[in-house]
Amino acid sequence: MHKIGEYLVPMIILCIVAYGALKKTDVYGAFTRGAVAGLKTVYAIFPAMLALFIAIGAMRSSGLIELISDWARPVTNSIGFPSPLVPFVILRPVSGSGSLAFASDIFSAYGPDSFAGRAVSIMMGSTETTFYTTAVYFAASGTKNIRHTIKCALVADFFSMVVSLIVCRLYYY
Amino acid sequence: MMIASVVCSVICGTASAVGEAVFQSCENCVSFILKTGAFMVMWSGIMNIAEESQLTHKISNILSPVITKVFKGVKKGSKEEKLISSNLAANMLGLSNAATPLGMAAMKKLAEKSLNSTATNNMCMLAIINCSSLQLVPSTLIALRSSYESVSPADITVPIWIASSLTVVFAIFFTKLIQGRDISA
Repeated sequence: MHKIGEYLVPMIILCIVAYGALKKTDVYGAFTRGAVAGLKTVYAIFPAMLALFIAIGAMRSSGLIELISDWARPVTNSIGFPSPLVPFVILRPVSGSGSLAFASDIFSAYGPDSFAGRAVSIMMGSTETTFYTTAVYFAASGTKNIRHTIKCALVADFFSMVVSLIVCRLYYY
Repeated sequence: MMIASVVCSVICGTASAVGEAVFQSCENCVSFILKTGAFMVMWSGIMNIAEESQLTHKISNILSPVITKVFKGVKKGSKEEKLISSNLAANMLGLSNAATPLGMAAMKKLAEKSLNSTATNNMCMLAIINCSSLQLVPSTLIALRSSYESVSPADITVPIWIASSLTVVFAIFFTKLIQGRDISA
């Protein structure tokens, strides 16, 4: 099982390039056009990422993150949740760049292969920036009353965090 | 966040550490953009090959029977069904640049059936499914993990598949349950 992940990225690249060549697509041209779009995305997210890196760096060095984790520790310890990830759970549905910057902070503090590092990766990968996504989609259709959308999406997010933690435990330990 | 941190640092006496952290964070962010950003650009290029070679189209065809089940009243081969399935297929491949406009178009199409700018059940469902990400390759995370020298950065892919597919299934059932109770629908 653990080997699958390692071969996955090169295999998918191979499949896509081979499929493109088979369908007589201009593979090189398509790659460069896509890369330009990717470059624009990176360019667009840079200012927000910078602001959030600074904010999260300040939160950690000022001791605020530890303070929050310490408060939450009695609760989190009893359910086996890594307390450094408490701010992440709050941040995730609100800010995509913020949670990415937070994940990066966890990697540098505990290492990407630690329990907290793996758990934050799985949580990050199985959730979305709920409020942003909902806002974009409903703004497009001009909908004002979105009924149960936020409630259901947040319940699903919470479910996802719990499942991520369980999967992380079962898969690695 | 910034204000709370500064207040906290003054109380805890860590103000000098915060000043230092500001500079350190700028440096971290630039190295993040260089390392992770380069991988994101590369991945965006690869995924555009999938897009231009109609591979996404193939995947959306596979998805369509599921979509007609989940979205009540959306018929196979209809414009809505095509938009929703291509939106989800693009999301699965991590083509967010392509996925968002498709999703917005699908939302507009679904909104034609709504009254007084109130969301229909199908519109809520589309937004909720889009909020629980299904991604074949979590490329940004892999890049980020490898920039922190992870032993196997892509190792998290399989657990992410398990967690996110369970979440999507849960989200669909939970939403259906809520919608079943909601009489105003």
